[in-house]
Amino acid sequence: MDKNDKLGFLNIDTSLYQTRISNKFQNRKSYQPADPRIILSFIPGIILDIFIEPGQNISKGEDLMILEAMKMQNKLKCNMDGKVKSVAVKKGDKVSKGTVLLELE
Amino acid sequence: MPVNKKIRELQEKREKVLLGGGEQAIEKQKSMGKRTARERIMALLDENSFNEYDLFVEHDARDFDMDKKSLPSDGVIIGSGTIYGAPVAIFAQDFTVAGGSLGLMHSRKITKIMDHALKMRMPLIGINDSGGARIQEGVNSLAGYGEIFFRNTISSGVIPQISVILGPCAGGAVYSPALTDFVFVVDNISKMFITGPEVIKTVLGEEISMEDLGGARVQSEITGNAHFFALSEKECFDQIKKLITFIPWNNGQKAMMFEPGEPKPEYNINKIVPEDPTLPYDVKDVIRAIVDNSDFFEIMELYAKNIVIGFGRMGGRTTGFVANQPLEMAGVLDVDSSDKAARFIRYCDAFNIPIITLVDLPGYLPGVDQEHAGVIRHGAKVLYAYSEATVPKLTVILRKAYGGGYIAMSSRHLHADFVFAWPSAEIAVMGPEGAANIIFRKEILSAVDPEAMRRQKVEEYKTKFANPYVAASRGYVDAVIVPSETRKFLMHSIEVSENKDVTMPHKKHGLPPF
Repeated sequence: MDKNDKLGFLNIDTSLYQTRISNKFQNRKSYQPADPRIILSFIPGIILDIFIEPGQNISKGEDLMILEAMKMQNKLKCNMDGKVKSVAVKKGDKVSKGTVLLELE
Repeated sequence: MPVNKKIRELQEKREKVLLGGGEQAIEKQKSMGKRTARERIMALLDENSFNEYDLFVEHDARDFDMDKKSLPSDGVIIGSGTIYGAPVAIFAQDFTVAGGSLGLMHSRKITKIMDHALKMRMPLIGINDSGGARIQEGVNSLAGYGEIFFRNTISSGVIPQISVILGPCAGGAVYSPALTDFVFVVDNISKMFITGPEVIKTVLGEEISMEDLGGARVQSEITGNAHFFALSEKECFDQIKKLITFIPWNNGQKAMMFEPGEPKPEYNINKIVPEDPTLPYDVKDVIRAIVDNSDFFEIMELYAKNIVIGFGRMGGRTTGFVANQPLEMAGVLDVDSSDKAARFIRYCDAFNIPIITLVDLPGYLPGVDQEHAGVIRHGAKVLYAYSEATVPKLTVILRKAYGGGYIAMSSRHLHADFVFAWPSAEIAVMGPEGAANIIFRKEILSAVDPEAMRRQKVEEYKTKFANPYVAASRGYVDAVIVPSETRKFLMHSIEVSENKDVTMPHKKHGLPPF
C-alpha cells in the first residue's frame, strides 16, 4: 500500500470504512424522481416538427412533436391534460437521450 | 520440370505471398507502432515452431472488380506452433492486406484453424487487426463472422481461447473476442466498438475519438471487456506467454506443475491485516505471502478493483485466487465486481483449477444506481458460480465476513470444501455498529445517555459475535488458524483435493443469471 494513497470513507451499515473511492462511485448521479410534467427525449434523434407552443392548452393524447431517430419518425403524444409552459427545442435540433423537450404547467 | 526448378517455383510463390500487402503497406503498419501479422506470430511463438497453413488461399469474389484484385493469403495467417513447448493454434489478421478485412475465404481460414484447435484440444490464440467486414463480399462476409462466433461458443470451456486486439476490431468482429476467455489489449493500438465515432456523430451528434470510445484503457477500466492491458506489443506478448504457463491445454487436463518455491520473506503475513476492521490494506500482499515465490498473476487489474482475481501456484499447482480488496471501495461486492469474480470462478471450474477465496468484506454496496443496475441478478452470478463449481474450493476468512457477502464468498453453505478463519475473523450477520443499532434500538433511545448506551451495546455485540468462534461452533468454519499457518493448511487442502470427484444432477445446462 502506497503511503500517498488518497483515502476516503465509505459508509456501509453505519460503519465508516477507510478506503479508496472509485471514480465510478464519485461520479454517480444522485437519484431524482421523474417529474411527469417535464417531457424528455426517450431516444437520441432530430426534432422534425413541433405542433404546440408555450401557453397553449393541451389535452391527453394530443400530438406534441415528431422526434426522428434511427430513421423512424416517432410522434410524441401528451400523456395528460394541461398547459404548455415552455418548449425547450426548435425544429431541426439534434437531441441526445434525456434532453428536456418541453415542460407542462 | 526438374525437381529443383519446382522447388524454386514454390519458393518464389512463397516469397511473393509472404510480403503480404507489400512494402508500402508494411511501412504504414510500422509507422502506427504496430508489427506485421507474421512478425507478431514469430514474436509470440517459440523460435522456429510456427507451421503455416493455407498460405496460397485466395478469394474468389467477383463483384465490384474484386476479380482483378489479388489479396495474398486473403489477409489472414493461420497455423500452429508452441509457447514454452505448449501447443497452440493461432491466426493473425494481416492489416496490410485490404485492411485485414474479413471475406469468405479469410473467415474459412480462421474457422479451419479453430476446428483444428478444438479437434486437437489445444489453446487457440487469435490476433485481431481488421477494418471489419469486407463489404464487397456482402453477406458472405457476415456468414464468415457467424461461423467464427459459433465455433468460439462450441469451443468455450473445452480449449482455452485467447484474443489479442492489435488494431481495430469493430462492429460484428468484436463479438469473437467477447466470446473468448481472455482479451488482451495494448494502449493506443487496440480499438473495440460496435458502432464507431462516425456513426455516433451522424446519429447522435456526439463527437468522440476512437480511443475515448473503445481504446485499450476504456476496455480495461470501464467496460471490463479486456482482461490484460499492456503499454506495448512486447509487454502484451509477455503477458500472453505467462498466462499460457498457468492454464491447461484443454478441459481434460490440469495445468503444468512447476517447481514450488516459498513466498518471499518481505511479505510478512502476520503484519499485513490491521486489527481494526475499518482500516484498509492491500489484499494482494496477503496473496503474495501465500503463493509460491510470491508470484501472483493478476487478471483485470484495472476493472472493479474492489475484487482481486488471478492465478498463482501452491506447491507448484496453478490456483485461482478471488479476494475482496479492502483498499478499494472497502472491498464491497457490487455489480461490476460480482460480474468479474463470477466469470473467473467459472473459468477456473471449466479448466480444473482449484479456487482459493480470501474474504474481507463489509457487504454489498448500497445505492439507487446499484439496485437499478441490477445488483440482484449480477450479485447472484457469484452465488451461482461458486455453487456450481466442482473444483476444490478453499476459503480463508481474514477479517470481516458480514451478511450476504459472507454467504456469497465461497462459504461452507455454498459447499466450499475447506473453510479457514483467522482469529481476526468477524463472521456475523452484519457489522457490530449496524447490528447494535437494530437489536438494541429501544434500549439506546430510552437511555439517559443514548450515545454512551450505543457504544456500550456495540462493544457487547463485538465481544459476543464479531469473532470466528460462533461460526466455528457450528462447523461452518473447519479450523481457526494463525495467519502464518495459512500456506500450510491451503497446500495440504489442495493436495488432498487432487482427486476430488462430485457428481452433479444431469442437465443440459443450468440457467446462470446472465
